[in-house]
Amino acid sequence: MMRWPMFRDAAFVFAKDARIELRAKVTLRQVAPFVVSLLVLFGLAFDRLLVKDTAIADVRVDELPLAFVGPGIYWLGVLFSLVLLVQRSVSIETEDGAGTQLRLWGLDPAGVFLGKAGVVVMQLLFIQVLLCVGLIAMFDLQMTEPLLLVSVSVLATVGLAAVGSCYGALSAGLRVRETLLPVLLLPVTVPVLLAAVQAWQRALTGDVDSAWPWARILFVFVVVYVAFGILSYGALMEES
Amino acid sequence: MSAPARVHLDGVVALLGTFPALSGFSLTVPTPEVVILRGPNGAGKSTVLNVCSGLVPVQRGTVQILGSNIRVDRRSVRKHLGFLGHRTGLYDDLSVEQNVQLAARASQANIALVGPTLSRVGCDGRLAKLGVAHLSAGQRRRVALASLMVRRVPLWLLDEPHAALDTDGRDLLDEVIREAAVDGTTVLMATHDLDRADRLADRVVTIVGGRVVANDAVAHVS
Repeated sequence: MMRWPMFRDAAFVFAKDARIELRAKVTLRQVAPFVVSLLVLFGLAFDRLLVKDTAIADVRVDELPLAFVGPGIYWLGVLFSLVLLVQRSVSIETEDGAGTQLRLWGLDPAGVFLGKAGVVVMQLLFIQVLLCVGLIAMFDLQMTEPLLLVSVSVLATVGLAAVGSCYGALSAGLRVRETLLPVLLLPVTVPVLLAAVQAWQRALTGDVDSAWPWARILFVFVVVYVAFGILSYGALMEES
Repeated sequence: MSAPARVHLDGVVALLGTFPALSGFSLTVPTPEVVILRGPNGAGKSTVLNVCSGLVPVQRGTVQILGSNIRVDRRSVRKHLGFLGHRTGLYDDLSVEQNVQLAARASQANIALVGPTLSRVGCDGRLAKLGVAHLSAGQRRRVALASLMVRRVPLWLLDEPHAALDTDGRDLLDEVIREAAVDGTTVLMATHDLDRADRLADRVVTIVGGRVVANDAVAHVS
């Protein structure tokens, strides 16, 4: 059965959070610089491992390590951004009782979940464009198999946003949410991180056939996370 | 068949943690009227409002709000009630106008009412475009009142609504409550401002220790 109030309320919450983001520009002014500085720090930490045609202690390093390290850097950057974006999504609702008012408007909780997760998806995709540009510009990463990479990215982003929004709602009522949220959230993102990194590594090393099974695993996790969010968000909102 | 009471609470027990904030609270408001809840700090006035809106779960007793059983479904009735609590529920990053539009859209209310409502509370013109984060506490309260008014719901739950308002703001609020009552809105208001409350009230309910100790038509209040 189609749940029209759910989609109507999802559109309402999406528009609300998107409008708030457009006015506050937190993604552009805070999360984007954070991601750029993260790339620079990764570059300094991994040093010559990320630079083609160099040698470490007489061991020649070609572009292959970059194809392995690059996806890890990319998805860790996405994960750290997710934590910031979810904290922001929660803080919007905790200022001056706005979250309580949201509950008192009687919106469909599944719609609230989809709307809030939708905005996090939009913000994460923007961050990923930055990460891609950064990896290509700074480390000359060759983005082969773009269809596979984009498919995996979109899937993983939806999964991360879904699980992030659920844990954001869970932590919303806690005084220690800023510190507790990463502790709760990061472990449950491991399946998505693992599948996305594996799929990307295989795509970037030309092993496309073995990348698609990881994309399928990712799809299963995304379906589970989204279904969990739709079914449980009401209880999470009420108990937070 | 008679219409169900707007508010019907019978033998309600509600806990805040392990503290019994309401211990056998009973109150019925059958028709549109202004009911003032009064009592000392910690008597349970705010808890009554929170129970009516489904924000605080009920351990025992009956809670029927606008004909809906809150113990079975505490969400569906919320579309039909307005709540003005200690916090304004406004989004700091949105403008005054956007906040009130949001409240109207959330209830599928007429968006054309936003402008006149903002004028009514004195938050129109340039102020309407200003971010809520830049407002004073009293102005925020006026915007919250506009968000409540624009939704056109049959039940208002007001928790210390006069707080942070100046004299003009308090007079405005009293006028708005009177108009709402005339239009058929039931108003349940917790307040310590008894002078104003007595002028507004059709009924005054005194709460002590989570129970009703007096329930008088306003003429009976000394």
